[in-house]
Amino acid sequence: MLPSHGKSVLIRTPEGIAFRLTLAGPVSRFMAWLLDTFCVLAAVTVIAPIFQLISVFSESYGIALQVLLSFIISMGYGICLEWFWRGQTLGKRLLGLRVMDEQGLHLRVSQIIVRNLLRAVDGLPLFYLVGGLASAISLKGQRLGDLAASTIVVRIGELAIPDLESLEADKYNSLREQPYLAARLRKKVSMDEASLVLRSLLRRDELKLESRAELYGKLAEHFKSLVPFPQECLEGLADERYLRNLADVLFRSRSARRP
Amino acid sequence: MIVDLEKFIGNQRQVWKELEEVLGRIERNPSTRLDLDQIKRLHLLYGITSADLARLQGFAAESELKLYLEALVSKGFCEIHDHRSTLQRFNPVRWATRSFPQVFRARAGAFWIASAVMLFGCFFGVLMLSIDPEAKEALMPFEQLLGDPSERVAREELKGNPDLGANKPVFSSTLMTHNIRVSILCMAMGVTLGMGTLILLFYNGVLLGAVAMDYIHAGQTSFLLGWLLPHGVIEIPAILVAGQAGLLLGSTLMGGQDCLPLSHRLRRIVPDLTTLMGGVALMLVWAGIVEAFFSQYHEPVLPYALKIAFGALELTALTLFLSRSGSMDSASEGRSARAS
Repeated sequence: MLPSHGKSVLIRTPEGIAFRLTLAGPVSRFMAWLLDTFCVLAAVTVIAPIFQLISVFSESYGIALQVLLSFIISMGYGICLEWFWRGQTLGKRLLGLRVMDEQGLHLRVSQIIVRNLLRAVDGLPLFYLVGGLASAISLKGQRLGDLAASTIVVRIGELAIPDLESLEADKYNSLREQPYLAARLRKKVSMDEASLVLRSLLRRDELKLESRAELYGKLAEHFKSLVPFPQECLEGLADERYLRNLADVLFRSRSARRP
Repeated sequence: MIVDLEKFIGNQRQVWKELEEVLGRIERNPSTRLDLDQIKRLHLLYGITSADLARLQGFAAESELKLYLEALVSKGFCEIHDHRSTLQRFNPVRWATRSFPQVFRARAGAFWIASAVMLFGCFFGVLMLSIDPEAKEALMPFEQLLGDPSERVAREELKGNPDLGANKPVFSSTLMTHNIRVSILCMAMGVTLGMGTLILLFYNGVLLGAVAMDYIHAGQTSFLLGWLLPHGVIEIPAILVAGQAGLLLGSTLMGGQDCLPLSHRLRRIVPDLTTLMGGVALMLVWAGIVEAFFSQYHEPVLPYALKIAFGALELTALTLFLSRSGSMDSASEGRSARAS
């Protein structure tokens, strides 16, 4: 699932729909670059023995071809892979990054070439210092090559529909015994608050035990004070169970309840 | 108000999954070509999913589902508006013989500025060396150029064949890659609002002027022309074309009279930058071959007149090529070829 933290850009489609793309951070981009550099070096090392074979017949032509191919690999690696893998090199693919047009479209080949050629400046003086500074300053996290080519680097993730079954509300939800209070709860809970409850439950297993207990305790305390339910409805309900029942009230209508 | 999420997901899950499957198929195999019915279906699925996202934005802030739909819509948006098919029409011969000179002519202003700056650098180099011959060491940081030109000429003419021997291919490939790297830097420096490009052009001009002055002053003009012209008439214009691309980038970043947003301005020139740099690479490959296999031979092996004539012939051909090639095409044809 896509992370919601970090910088993002808002894209508006001609159909009037808006969606956000999460921008890749400088650290993940640097890691991707390191991986790509390693790949280029590995490729150059792998081809070396082939040219040693050619050198048996003509040493100078073997070396010349090696010089040329090493250059072509170092220049062409990013360009070819970003074209064939739609904005991804091996490093970017492993780290879940993708280069895109800043309008949210796929890249044109000219954009790929220009952003890769401008590595000559972004890479100065060492380890992409210029490019790193530029992307730190830029609102869209663009290094100079990205700026010139109108591209951005975004984070991508696996697509997955939220699994509401994992909410596991009680088949008997005591909060539903108070329909007026449940309706009041629906009215008073803001969209952000409701989203917070749902996300905290869906990401339950990502939290440490103590952090989870603390978070659920605070959330339960907040919602209990927002719409107080009679004590008998809450009796024996742990904070997490209370929140699951709360999410059930907020996100499921009575007719949609599981049998 | 909070949407009934479970019902919403239950009703729409099939549509989203189908769209996800189609987009996944296209992503796994970018050359996938959809027929008309599949395109219509993709468009329909995309429309429905977009509407679902809009509905979710209007009624609830359910982040997980919203992120899922946003990711799906962004992927669909990419595919619906994709333009990869243009590459399939890419014709390298047509690109090299028509698009490149067309773009060169369309952006000729930047080329003339680049040429003027390099020429100014040449005059500066000549002037500096005339005023202070001791400045040679500072102006020419290459050891092989620091000696007495007459001695070098005598040495080269005595040998007849260059020292390179069987290493000509290595020398040639090293020259090509080095010069292409320098050209890329010259273009890329355009991102400093053109200042970096101007400095590089000026510096190269100073070097060229100082070397020329040194040899002319030593009475070795024929050797100089025979040595430099065969590859220089291609190599120097190639650096100037790279400078042209850098200045084009710099002027676009500055904007000037153009009131379009920066991204729109850049979007217009990026295909031209690519075309110019592609042309530069081709020119430098040729120059590298000529420099290693031809320029390094001197009299008595090759008469200077022949080398100078060869250089003049190349320059004439290059001038005709850049000024005439593809000029019969309509502007629209040129644009469509460049776009690819």
